[in-house]
This record gives sequence, structure tokens and C-alpha cells, in this order.
Amino acid sequence: MTASVETISASPTKVTALTTPAGVEVWHVESDVVPLIAVAFTFEGGSAHDPVNKPGVAQMLSRLLDEGAGEYDSDAFQERLAAHAIELSFNAGNDALGGSLKTLVKHADEAFELLRLALMEPRFDQEAIERVRAQSIAGLRYQQNDPGVMATRRFFEEGFPGHPYGRPTGGTIESVTAITRDDLIAMHRAIIARGRVKIAVVGAIDAERLTHLLDKVFGDLPEAKPLTIIEPAVLQNRGERFIVDLDVPQSVIRFGTTGIAWRDPDFVPAYVLNHILGGGAFTSRLFQEVREKRGLAYSVGSSLVSYRAAAMTWGYTATKNERVGECLDVITDEMLALKGKGPSDDELQKAKDYLVGSYALGFDTSTKIAHTLVQIAFEGLGIDYIARRNSLVKAVTQDDIRQAADRIIGDGKLLTVIAGRPTGL
Amino acid sequence: MDAAAKLELRTDAPSKGRAEGGGPEVSSFALDNGLDVVVIPDHRVPVATHMVWYRNGSADDPLGQSGIAHFLEHLMFKGTEKHPAGEFSKIVSALGGQENAFTSFDYTAYFQRTARENLKTMMEFEADRMSNLVLDESVIGPERDVVLEERRMRVETDPASQLSEAMAASLFLHHPYGIPIIGWMHEIEKLDRTHALDYYNRFYTPENAILVVAGDVTVDDVRRLADDTYGRVAPRGARPVRFRPREPEPVAARHITVSDPKVEQPTLQRLYLVPSAGTAEGRDCFSLDLLAEVIGGGPTSYLYRKLVLERGLAVNAGAWYMASAMEETRFCVYAVPAQGVSLEQLEAAVDETLKHAVAEALDFDAIERAKTRLVAESIYSTDSQSSLARIYGSALAIGETIEDVRRWPIEIEAVLKDDLASVAERFLLPRRSVTGYLKPVA
Repeated sequence: MTASVETISASPTKVTALTTPAGVEVWHVESDVVPLIAVAFTFEGGSAHDPVNKPGVAQMLSRLLDEGAGEYDSDAFQERLAAHAIELSFNAGNDALGGSLKTLVKHADEAFELLRLALMEPRFDQEAIERVRAQSIAGLRYQQNDPGVMATRRFFEEGFPGHPYGRPTGGTIESVTAITRDDLIAMHRAIIARGRVKIAVVGAIDAERLTHLLDKVFGDLPEAKPLTIIEPAVLQNRGERFIVDLDVPQSVIRFGTTGIAWRDPDFVPAYVLNHILGGGAFTSRLFQEVREKRGLAYSVGSSLVSYRAAAMTWGYTATKNERVGECLDVITDEMLALKGKGPSDDELQKAKDYLVGSYALGFDTSTKIAHTLVQIAFEGLGIDYIARRNSLVKAVTQDDIRQAADRIIGDGKLLTVIAGRPTGL
Repeated sequence: MDAAAKLELRTDAPSKGRAEGGGPEVSSFALDNGLDVVVIPDHRVPVATHMVWYRNGSADDPLGQSGIAHFLEHLMFKGTEKHPAGEFSKIVSALGGQENAFTSFDYTAYFQRTARENLKTMMEFEADRMSNLVLDESVIGPERDVVLEERRMRVETDPASQLSEAMAASLFLHHPYGIPIIGWMHEIEKLDRTHALDYYNRFYTPENAILVVAGDVTVDDVRRLADDTYGRVAPRGARPVRFRPREPEPVAARHITVSDPKVEQPTLQRLYLVPSAGTAEGRDCFSLDLLAEVIGGGPTSYLYRKLVLERGLAVNAGAWYMASAMEETRFCVYAVPAQGVSLEQLEAAVDETLKHAVAEALDFDAIERAKTRLVAESIYSTDSQSSLARIYGSALAIGETIEDVRRWPIEIEAVLKDDLASVAERFLLPRRSVTGYLKPVA
């Protein structure tokens, strides 16, 4: 059967840029259908800025911000959150320390006040530090021999040797053991600063009340000092294969090559190409060849990873030890075939139709919208990006795809890491 | 195409969010062939979530064919006479839709999310595979390999999952909730085309299905489109019977251990056999929901405060309750020992803490805080049309009603301190429990 392809052409949601009296900028979507407010924010600066021999500081900082602030110790702070069903969380990645706040409208004042305290007046009580340290170390031990975690860690070590991106964002047992209160205070000072934060707010709150609340939270942030510069990096060890020996019946595989950053003008064609190769749908080439036709794996796919100072294309799968060689051959062949002959016109059109049509699906909850907006702001793509994005996808031609293939597939030489006990390689 | 084996693997709480009384205007009706329909309007974005739930899950797998419900879920993507393998997925994808499916103990569900104007196309395809599945012998082998790889990924490479499986098998002496959703390795290896078709013919019928549409739609549209599509599927006369043995009254406190060289961080888990939404009497189910939140829901819970904050014996501790089940179900208490604390010491401390829970944990503030959080979660869930579709679909699939879902926050509010004490005293008993240790090889 032929289905008529209809797509949503309008921008999926109406976003307004606001600047508060104190100069805080925010992207705002007002929607009063559900009585909640979702806030997402991201501060420039993350694990890449950890002290050289102490990976894990930024992540530990993110875990300590809600462990006591202002006059409240950890337990009192958590009790205030819980008593109002306010959900507040922080996380740290390579380039950023981000967070998320969700509250019922009726508890908005309390929620924004607790956010202010967490950002501006975290206590870093020694007791809380020791507890979070113990939790982090237990978490690291728990994952110590998980094949997926081990494969990923080794992939970054080999892909970015000597570079901050090569270090584990969660640190190691040794480094987490060594982190001091002063390390946390220094990292907090370096990251939580004015001009370094992007904010998006979605929900049942009008512009006036929102700007008032945001000024209370973000209006008094200290001035930013420059962060350590992260040198641009290119994925190393392409063409090399590394094995992490682990006594398990199935090997977890990570593979990668060079990529294109989200901010790069050629990103969208690469994104379309990756969708054809190994994007999320059941129709991707890797899904079809590795899973559907051969039953080699349950999950297989690829994605474009974009950091501030590096970009890569990377993929994942897991197959029983006896079939690792076959699986890797299929993946490499598929990548080279896609680069050599390119997708068919029909395949390209269908990929574009999917990406255009599915964009709106990412805008169906307040939290999702807030997080998408804050990412767009963080990447500097502009507030009109969500309105422009689908026309960028529609405009992609076979020529664009060929150029993108040079950059994200290239010579097809992959950095490959296998965690397990593969046979017959 | 996932086994909702996540039900098996998770250590956090099952989703409890439900629509508050007076939440979205949910409608329901039945087609002439017996198919139940639920419509949940959400007009914020021009998107619809389309789900079909079948009232059969892994607990309905015939003896010796564990994993057949889940295997069939995978095979449902292999095409029909009218639409060969892969065509449905290609259309969903070209329309900018997303799709998947999952299998749980009591149900199997299929869904697509797409722009609202594609709803009819989704319905045509989903209705078609309700009765016209074609299984060519050539697709069976590779797809079974996929499922075996899925099991290797989720279980065979992960000692914590192996402990979860062993604990469930030990908790349920007789009931099939003790068998993993994905099935046992040696039985999956033997599943074939005949098993799959027999199972399909028994359970995939309009009387056994529930259609849930959430999103930018009206009841009239859904009714018209459903009549035109699902309405054409021939009824079988009656809903298939699910035979579920009853669990005997437990008498033995059980202890089991998984030791594996890969384990570097030991953990402790305890499961209790307790009533579910399907079997609970009076307010027991709501009381257990609230009890899990009071004693084990996050860093202000009783277990966390006692074991982590006060005594420093654990780095984490909590509890969850899986209310959504047709028959007797699990209530879990877990703890992760601090460095230098043995699992035996930790277990003794958990027992001591639980012994004092009724006297110490059930203060007014703690109960109010837990109620606030549970009720708020139900409001938060109305922010997501797919969450709502899942909440209503799963409730109906286990025999609850729309009214049950709508009343849930009111029932939670109505739970009294004495109700909490009563369920704790009647159900959190050693003889109803299995205690599991995950530890390194000595």
C-alpha cells in the first residue's frame, strides 16, 4: 500500500525569549493545560574541567547541590523538596553541568527558592560529602565488570588518550576517594556563574511571574571567570581493535569514527545519513542487516556525538562471543556500502520524511520541551531553530549526503572496543 | 520490541502516577466485536499515541514454553498476507512515527506515536495483524536468535539480573510470576513456529484486546476510525480464558545467594509476597503503595534515614511495591551496604529497622509527605499522553476500570495510619519473604 505522507509543517511549539530586569535570559513556553512548571538549565563547564588527576569532581558537585544548602542540612533540604513534591536534579557531562526542576504551580515559590539555595548556597557539609562519596564509589564498584560500562570507558580512553574527554566523567575509585571539599568549592565557583547558563521554562506560568522568580534564582550569580580551555580533539586509534577481557557469553561492542558537531553547517545532512545508517528506527541499515536478517543482536545502532571540542560518530551492539567477527564485518561492510553507493533516492526521501514528521513527537511533554530548548540554546543554534529545523532536513540533497559521508564514514576505519571473550577474531 | 523485562531488572519503584479524579476526560466504549476502546484527549500538540493491549502476558505462557508471549511479540513485526514483513515499520517510519512493543507478566502491548492525521493508517495495520499474521519458517530462526541475544544482554551477562530471576522463582512457588518474562534460555531455544501460531490463535482476538488512543483526537473520530478498521476483525465469541494457579500460603523464609567473580559491590534485596491491585481487599493495595513510599521512597524515607543517615550501614536503601498485577505480587526492600559492612550485618539491621517501622515510621508528617508525592506524581503523569495511555491500558489489561484509575489519588488520600500498620504487620513477615544476596566469589 502507499500511504500519503503528511507532516506537521508548523513549528511544534511557540517559544518566547525573555530577559529579566537583572539580565537573566530564558526561553519560555507558556502552557496552562497541566498545573505544573518544568525548568531545564545548563551551565557551561563540566567533567572536562575536572582537575587533571581528579576526574569525577564535576559529577560529585552535581550530586552535592541538593545535599544541603542555606540553613538546611541535607535531610532538611530533601524534606522540603519531598513535602512539596518538588523534583530537583542535577547532572554533569563533559561540557556542562545541567539540571531540572519540576513543580506543581502551587509550590512554585518554594521550588524556585530551593533551586536558588542549591545553586547559590550549597553547604558541602563534610558528612554529606562523605555520604555522596561512598555512594559514588559503590556505584563505580557496582558497574566495575558490566560489559557495557567497561566497553564505553575503554572506548573513550582509546579514542581521546591524554585528553579530558578520555577520562571517565564519574571518575575512578581512586580519584573519587581523593576529592576534597576544596575541589568541590573551586568547581562550584568556576561553573555556577553569570553569563554561563542557558534556561528554558515550560508550563503554567506567565512571563511576569517567571521573570520575577528567575531574578531571585539567577539574578545574583557571581561574574564568570574564564574556564580552562579544552583543546579540540579528533578521535584517535581509528582502525584499531581493543578487547576488554571479561568472562561473559556475549560481547558488547562499541565502534566509532570521526563526526560532525551539531553547530557545524554540515550537521543536518550527516544527521540524515546517520538515520539511514543506524538511527533509532527499525528501518535503519544496521538494524536490518545485523538484527532482522541475521539475528546477530538485539540492539544495534549509531549516533552522532557532539561535544564542545570534539565530534564523533559512534555505534553500539552486543552479540554472542562466537559471532563477533561476523557482526563487525557486517557493520563495516554496511558503512562502506553506504558511503560507496549512497542511499537510494527513495531511501533518502523516506529518511527525511521520518525526521521531519517525528520532530513534533519530541514536544509532547513539558519536561521534554524544556530540555530540547535548553540544548538548542547551549549549542547556540538560535531560538528560531525549532522552526527552521524541518526545512533544513527537507533541503538535504544526495550531494550533501556524499559530503557528509566523507566526514562521518570516511575511510571506514573504526576504533572498535569489544568487552567479552570473543572467539575467532 | 522489548521484553518489559525491565519489570524484572529495575530496582526502583514501578510507575505509580495516575490521573487525578477530574483529570483528563477519559471516555470508553466497546465495538460490536468486543474490542474495548479508551480515548484520552490531549490537544496540546497535533500528535496521537495509538496502543493496542492484549490481555495475555508471560504468566499465560503454556508450561514448558516460557518466553512465548515475548517471542510472539517480536514475530508480530513479520508481516501479514496483505502487508509483507517490514512494511508496517516502513510506513510508520516514512510517516514520521515511532513504534515499539512490550511484554509484561499480564499483558502485551503494541504502540505507535505519530501525527494525528496518520491515526487511521496505524489502525488499519494494527487491526490487520490482529488476525492475519503470516509466519514464514525463514523468519523464526533469526528472530529467535535476536531474543536469545536479548536474554544474554539483559541476564546472562549480569549477575544482578540473575539474582532477580532467582528471587522471583523462589518467591512464587507455584504461580508463573516466578518465571522470567523473556523465558528461560533452554526453553526459548526450543520455541518454534507452531508454538507461536497456537499462542497467536488463542489470544490475538478482538475480545481480548484494548485499544487506547491518547492525544489530539476526539471520541467521535476514534469511534468512527475504529469501527472502520478494528470493527472488521471477526469476533471469536468469547474472550480467551487465562488460567492462573493461586500461590499457596507461604510458610518458609527463604535465603538465596548469587556469587559471581564479576560482583565487586554486594547488594541486599528482600521480596515479600503481598496482595496486588487484582487480589487486595479493602484498602490494602493503596496502603501498600503508601507504605512503600513512607518506608522506602527516596532520601526522606524511613529506611534511608535509619540505615544511611543515622547508622551509616548502607549507602542506599529503599522499597517499592508492584501494585499492578492480577495475582499476588512483590513488595521489595533493598539496601546497598557501606564499605566494610557485611550483608549479614546489613540484613540484621534491615530486620531491626522494619521491626520498629510501625512504631517509628508512621508519623503524621511522613505520611502526609508520602501522600503529597504520590498524588503529585499522578498530576505530573497528565503531562505525558504516552504515560496516560500506559496507565489506563495497563489498568484495564489487569481487570481494573477507568474509575479505579481516576479514584486512585482519592484512595491514597484516604489511607489511615492504622491501615499502614495493618498491612505492615500482616504482610511484611519472614515467612512471606525471600532474601537475596549478590556477592563476590569468596
